[in-house]
Parts: sequence; C-alpha cells; structure tokens
Amino acid sequence: MALLDTITRGDKAKQHRPWPRAIVTDAGWQQAIGLLAKGRCTLLGLWGDAPFVHMALLADTFDDIAVLSWRCKDGKYPSVGVYHPPAIRLERAIRDLFGLEAIGAPDTRTWLDLGFWGVRHPLGKSIPARKPGPYQFLPTEGEGLHQIAVGPVHAGIIEPGHFRFTANGEHVVRLEQRLGYVHKGIESLLRGATLDAAAKLAARTSGDSTVAYAFAFAHAVEAALHVKAPPRAIYLRALMAELERLANHFGDIGAICNDASFSLMYAQCGILRERTLRAAESCFGHRLMMDVIVPGGVARDIAPGGSAQVQALLAEVRKVFPRLIDLYDNTASLQDRTVATGILTPALARQFGAGGYVGRGSGRKFDARKMPGYAPYDDLKFEVPVLDAGDVNARVWVRIREVEQSLSLIDQILKRMPGGKLKVALKASGKTCEGLGLAEAFRGDVLVWLRLDSKGRIERCHLRDASWFQWPLLEAAIEGNIVADFPLCNKSFNCSYSGHDI
Amino acid sequence: MRKTLFESLVHGPLTEPPPAPDEAGLAELARSVNRVARARLGRSLSIREIDAGSCNGCELEIHALNNAFYDLERFGLRFVASPRHADVLMVTGPVTKNMREALLRTYNATPDPKWVVAVGACAVDGGIFAGSYACVGGVSDVVPVDLHIRGCPPSPTELLKGLLALLEHAS
Ligand code: SF4
Repeated sequence: MALLDTITRGDKAKQHRPWPRAIVTDAGWQQAIGLLAKGRCTLLGLWGDAPFVHMALLADTFDDIAVLSWRCKDGKYPSVGVYHPPAIRLERAIRDLFGLEAIGAPDTRTWLDLGFWGVRHPLGKSIPARKPGPYQFLPTEGEGLHQIAVGPVHAGIIEPGHFRFTANGEHVVRLEQRLGYVHKGIESLLRGATLDAAAKLAARTSGDSTVAYAFAFAHAVEAALHVKAPPRAIYLRALMAELERLANHFGDIGAICNDASFSLMYAQCGILRERTLRAAESCFGHRLMMDVIVPGGVARDIAPGGSAQVQALLAEVRKVFPRLIDLYDNTASLQDRTVATGILTPALARQFGAGGYVGRGSGRKFDARKMPGYAPYDDLKFEVPVLDAGDVNARVWVRIREVEQSLSLIDQILKRMPGGKLKVALKASGKTCEGLGLAEAFRGDVLVWLRLDSKGRIERCHLRDASWFQWPLLEAAIEGNIVADFPLCNKSFNCSYSGHDI
Repeated sequence: MRKTLFESLVHGPLTEPPPAPDEAGLAELARSVNRVARARLGRSLSIREIDAGSCNGCELEIHALNNAFYDLERFGLRFVASPRHADVLMVTGPVTKNMREALLRTYNATPDPKWVVAVGACAVDGGIFAGSYACVGGVSDVVPVDLHIRGCPPSPTELLKGLLALLEHAS
C-alpha cells in the first residue's frame, strides 16, 4: 500500500509529482508523527510554505515518498520534534523564517536567525527585528567541567560555525552547535525567480555539491512540468555527478588522514582530486561543473576528446588509489586514530535518516540513486557499500568503496553514452504545479521541493541538504571522545555549513 | 608506504611554472600598497582565510593552492590559523549579516600593515546573493579591500596570479 494511503488525509494536491501530496488534519498529522516516532518511516523534510507546513516522509522500504501538508491556524501547527527529535532544528528554522510556531516544541530558541537581519520572519509576515538577548546554550552541571568555545571563524580554510564544547579534562561531555552564520536567504531570492536564475541559485547552495543540487533542482522542475530530459543529457548528468563524488571523496579521505597527522595521504589524495577537477574542466569547461545541469537537460555537451580525458583519469586512479588504500590500511598510527573514534550508533543513524557515508557507515543502506532511484542509475550496475561500525574508519571505508563504485559507473556511462539532443524546451504549464526532486550528493541526499506559477516562475522552492540530519549526529558521535579528535570526527562527517544555513 | 615514498622521489615534480601576475590586479594593488610596508615584510606573506558567507566553492579552490600542482608555499605565501599572524586577509562570500561582525573582529585583530583580498564574484558585490535580507553585499562594504580576484569560483591559477601581484607589491 502506498505510504500516503496509510494516513488519514484529505484530497491529494492535483499537480504534485512524482509522489503525492495531501492536506491532513489532526488525525493524519498525528499518525505521521506516530510512524516517525516508532521508526516506521523516515523524515525527509519539514518546511514552511505559509500558511502551510509540509512534511515529507520516506517509506522504510525507501521506495515511496509522501508529502503531508498542515494548514496553520493562527500561525500554529502541532510539533513533530516533541516526539521525533530530528524535526527539532527544522521547526526552529521554520519559526525563524516564517513565524510559524510548533505547538509543544521542546526547543523554542532561534536557530538560523542570529539577530542581525533587521527583520524577523523574512519569508512570512515579516516584522522589524527586536534586539536579541544572549543565546542560551544548554546548561551543563558537574564537577570539573569546563567549556571551550570555538568559532564562528575557525583555524583552517573552512566554513564558519560555532561549537561549544563542555569537557571533563580531555573528554568531551557535550558538544553543542550553533549554526546559521552563512545563511544567505537563498529561499527568499528564489521567490519569483525565473527557472534560469533559480537553477543558478540552487547550484550555489553548497559549492562542493553544485552538480547534485543542479541535478535535484532539475528533477523537481521536470517533475512539476511533467517533462523528461533527453537520454544523452541524463547520462552526462550522471557522469558529472560521479566526477563530483570522486573529487570530494579524494579530497576528504586525504583531509581526514591529514587531521590524523598523516600528510602523505593528504598530498597524494590532493593530486587525485586535482586531476579529477582538471578532467571535469576539459570535459565541461568548469572545474566544479557549475551550471552545466539545467532544468530540461544540460547546457553543453561533453567537449570533443573529453571522454578520453576521463578514461585517462580512470586509468591513473586505478593505478594509484589501490596503493593509497594499502597505505591507509597498513599504517598503524593512522588506524589508531580512526578506528573506534567518533562512533555513531546504527539506531541513531536510522532515527535521523542519516544520508551518505554517515548513514552507510552506520548500517543505513539508503542511497537515492538506488532507491527511490532515478535515471540513468536504474540502467547501471552498482553496489551501495554499507558498514556497521559507525566510526571514523567506517566512514572512510564507505568512501573508499564508493570511489570504486564510481569508477565502474563512469566506465558504464561512457560506454553507453547515447546520442541525441541535450535539452528539451520547457514551457510553462499555464497552471500552478509542484515537483519534488532528489539527488544523491557525495555527502547524502539533496531534496528540492518547489511550486511553479502558471508562467513557470518559482513561487516557493525549498532546498534541504543532507547535513540537516547529520549535524545533530556529530554532537552525539563526539561524546566521550577527546577534544583533540574533534577535527578528525568533524572531517569524517564533513557536513555542509552553507547547505545547512541556506 | 616505502614504495609510495620512493616513487615520489623518482617521479618528476608536478608543480607548474608560476603564472604571470595578473595585470589588472597589479594596477589595483599599486594604488594600495606603500613602499614602507614592502621593505618591512620581505618576500613572504601570511594569509588568513575568512569565509564570510561563501557557498564553499571558493574555499575548495583556495584549498587547491596547497596541492602539489600549485604549491603556494614556494612563493613565500602561506595560510596561517590566526589573524594575529596574518599580513593578508582573504575573504570570500557575499558577507552574510550573520558574519559581518566576525569579519570586522577578525580584521581588527590583524596587525597593520595588512591587505584584504576579496575572492570570488560574491565578494565583489554580493554576486548572485545580492539584495537578500541576509547579505550585506561586497566585502568592501565592511572592510577596505585592496584586491579583488573575480570568478565563480576563481580557479587556483587565477588565485595565484592575484596573489603574486600582491606579493610583488607588498614585498
Ligand atoms: S563566487 Fe561563486 S563559488 Fe565563490 S562563494 Fe560565490 S557563489 Fe560560491
């Protein structure tokens, strides 16, 4: 039975694709919360669209999605977070952006709004800002505890955010994150945007996943307008997505080892990353392949000779990477840092619906390419590597195995690359329509939900990074570890600040 | 490990020849760097990077400056952890309102003489994020900027050109 049909609901939205959306009242909303709390489905997203709050659910078989909509009365809706903690930060964000209140919410502090915007509730009925009081971090009590405050500006070339550690000697008793520093108001800029402008904004939600964001955005638009990109475009998209995955995995595997003071791996992986970006540039004219995926297809074809460049890259990686894996596996000082460090339990990974290597390193076998799945991956052979240990080492190994899968995927993509058109023309449908799109970025699933007006402009677009559900898990994984292992744990998660803060 | 180490010894260097300094960058810098400062610093600069709201694309390319191909340190340019050790602040992003104060504080914590390099289209005037309730605009709306390196994101070669221009004028 379809997920939506297990819930008491009103009418389905007429133009919502490819999965259904329906308005629910108290019975349906509470049933959904019950399913979440019992672990019978996963929270995929929760976002404002005044006067509605939408909740996206993923079936535990990973093959079905349903969107439920609650119409707020007096700007209020029943809290999901009170029974299902993964929703807490999303509810705080909804309040900051829309002014919609979750009744019974366990945490009513602000989240993205740090008090500097000059307005409150910028996406809802905005009101002038009042001077914010100091942010109340959670209290910690106990003998011999001390606090360490880090950020927003960090010591390396990394994104800004604040970490408040409470430590007992060297051991972390609690980490509390304070994010929102790179909130750019992307969802407000998206309102009323043309599809061209919106695609560019979506592609800059998190630069390291620009291909994945453009991919998910294109999925959502194409679903809303009920069109399909041509086969060649679909294969080129997957080629770019796998190159992006390779580049990020190389960079991060090296950086994790560097945080364990093993710079040889860092240098060698850095070379592979650079070679990947150079191959990307010679194929698509941009090292990060920004703005090549567009709604309806792709903006440009692979350059002549591009496929040979990619093949040369694959040959080089196949020569060098196995040796680097050996090096990683056989260096005791490195293993000493990564094994049994920063353990995320499978139960938490499942509860939070952790995507990417964070989930897959802790036994959660979700990969949006496989299930619910999208073209061309349904035509390609690949495995989804999963480990149970949940430590830094498991997350590294999942990424190593994913590199191998991506190499094989690229082989298949190049071999089967169909000819034909690059893009279909998009016509406004003349009526309001909605679409939901997913794409598997290197760090996990990106969700894009949007509503287009009759002229094909964006009325509302929501972008949800995998980091929303991974950041809180980092707080859990670091508990009981020593402060000095934080950079290592943090890098093994590598959550996006920009993708989260939007 | 021995094999990998040995091979790196016999393998020729990957490092590329340095690019010519960027002409436009040179001209812009010439106006902002004075002779006294040059004499004082010698041929080396310490850079502190600040993400003031970037999408992180610019950071990826700034990172790449440290890989074997670009090897920034051979020019006497290196990234440091504290603004107190820095001669140059390299700032990315449309300066979100939430980062404005942190940027200002970092600038104030950096000793004189100092230079500010704004990196990326966003850092020029807010770029694609200009006009949002949550963004200030360009870096120069918050702190004085000596050099802009454009691009979305600028490639490591473009970054290197800009930095070499800075070095020629600062040293
Ligand atoms: S210039 Fe481009 S790559 Fe750099 S932060 Fe802005 S959007 Fe991202």
